Amino acid sequence: MTQAVSFRGVCRHFGIVRAVDGVDLDIADGEFFAMLGPSGSGKTTCLRLIAGFEQPTAGHIEIYGERAEGVPPYRRNVNTVFQNYALFPHMDVRDNVAFGLRVKGVGRAERNRAAEEALELVELAGYGDRRAGALSGGQRQRVALARALVNKPRVLLLDEPLGALDLKLREQMQEELRRLQRALGMTFVFVTHDQEEALSMADRVAVFAHGTIQQVGTPEEIYRRPASRFVADFVGSSNVLPAEFVGAGPAGRWASLRPEDIRLDPAGREARVTARAYHGRVVKLGLELDGQALTALVSPAETLPEPGQTARIGWDPAKVHVMEHGA
Amino acid sequence: MTDHAIFAPRAGLVARGVDWVIRHPRMFTFLMILPIVLWLGIVYIGALIALLMQSFFSIDEFSGVVQHEFTLKTYAELLRPSNFDIIVRTVVMAGSVTLASAVLAFPIAYFAARYAKGKWKALFYIGVMLPLWSSYLVKVYAWKLVLAKEGILNWVFAKLHLTWALDGILSLPVIGGNSLSVSYLGTFIVFVYIWLPYMIIPVQASLERVPGPLLEAASDLGATPRQSFRMVLFPLALPGIVAGSIFTFSLTLGDYIIPQIIGSGRLFIGQAVYTQQGTAGNIPLAAAFTVVPIVLMGFYLWGARKMGAFDAL
Repeated sequence: MTQAVSFRGVCRHFGIVRAVDGVDLDIADGEFFAMLGPSGSGKTTCLRLIAGFEQPTAGHIEIYGERAEGVPPYRRNVNTVFQNYALFPHMDVRDNVAFGLRVKGVGRAERNRAAEEALELVELAGYGDRRAGALSGGQRQRVALARALVNKPRVLLLDEPLGALDLKLREQMQEELRRLQRALGMTFVFVTHDQEEALSMADRVAVFAHGTIQQVGTPEEIYRRPASRFVADFVGSSNVLPAEFVGAGPAGRWASLRPEDIRLDPAGREARVTARAYHGRVVKLGLELDGQALTALVSPAETLPEPGQTARIGWDPAKVHVMEHGA
Repeated sequence: MTDHAIFAPRAGLVARGVDWVIRHPRMFTFLMILPIVLWLGIVYIGALIALLMQSFFSIDEFSGVVQHEFTLKTYAELLRPSNFDIIVRTVVMAGSVTLASAVLAFPIAYFAARYAKGKWKALFYIGVMLPLWSSYLVKVYAWKLVLAKEGILNWVFAKLHLTWALDGILSLPVIGGNSLSVSYLGTFIVFVYIWLPYMIIPVQASLERVPGPLLEAASDLGATPRQSFRMVLFPLALPGIVAGSIFTFSLTLGDYIIPQIIGSGRLFIGQAVYTQQGTAGNIPLAAAFTVVPIVLMGFYLWGARKMGAFDAL
């Protein structure tokens, strides 16, 4: 089956900076794909390579089986929702949304109808006459979405689209994006540095660091079986421990143990409590076990030890994941 | 208690005066704007109104004495073919100079706004501003030598065996002449050279305010570079172009030195004002001529507003 997007050995170097350095990637048709990583990890550059704003310095990119190198953005059937929306300030909402149709020569009546439909899709029906500047952040976000969707792109790229929204709005938009993606069956490629967002929304996640992909997998694979110390630490801040310390593997390998998998266990090993922080749903404990610092998330209902006291802790050996990549 | 007040009243007349003004913000504002209002109101607008009034007087054709009676006779005189030609000539020149400046300034401003960084940006500003620091007269006379029949431009054309091309241009009706320095084309070239910085700077400022992602968004949505320019970049740069054109248009309308030194010798509005108020002693007609650029600019700005040139401000 043809992949929506595929990267083969793609590099994008800016002088000595290797923004993207040898990426292989396949994104399936109709998939909600997240690119997750810290800033400067190359995820946004990858998105810009798909959009056509950047050209690879090495390697090949195919979009639905067609070679994309050298094809300018305006000849790609791919649309982007920009980080700060990039709405045209000199046009009203309707003209913003209809822009893509206007440049393709669609008549006024038809493109206005299509724009209205797209606005309905993002629940902004009737906002056509407003100026982009007169909208709230969340509304601008929806307009940017409608402006991209009206073109019925094969791939929709979203560059940290929820970054500028407050928490409530973010959660609402996350659900809505997911709903839209399912309803339209469109391939979504979503860039974010928020691991929770990536895990909760995407079908598959690629974790980026230093211009390379560290791991690709379903959210559960990424979370349960991180491939490297970086992934374990970046996604859900795991306890990364020497494998022999948790009795789970040969020396020199590393293991990941999620903080929520550590529990208070009267029959367990004795650890010193170094810190305690109340987070509402959970309490975060800083622990020291045989000179090794650990973090645990425990239920606040239990009677909890104070910092300075000792506590007996344990974990299910099945929850310990030994990672493939040692370093 | 009172002698331990946290905000003890200050001693001294000045200090107390300052305290009083600070406690009365409206008075403070009034005192701040008073000099500006006086300057603008009396020296500037007042003088303009005095000028405007002059244009409604007329001159006695026999005695040459100004008659202080309200009349539109002087304005009617503007419509006499010899005077009306001057107005048309000046407006056409100002329009052409403005158009040429905008076309030349845009790529320069675009480069400066989008690509020039650090050292290149400094170089751009120096390059644009430096000509403004030297005397206008020196530059105009320098251009006279450059454009003269014995000048360097003719020499270059001759060396390149292109004299025929220059002669061809000079033989064109109206804009041509004996040499560039005595043709409308020469006047036009020098006007464009002198006023170009006044176009570049505002256009560059307006382009600088256009966020880069906007052009990427246009391209992303399928706009070819030409469409991006027409539908996004140009409309957003328009306030800058209009601001620049206000300079180039009005400066050309009022200038009387360039056409006097370089050109065919036919009068422009500025020269007409100069002659009427000087040798001819016809102050009312000079004033009427002065009103022409003011009215033209008024219409120009009104038209620009109608076209939405200030919508993106």
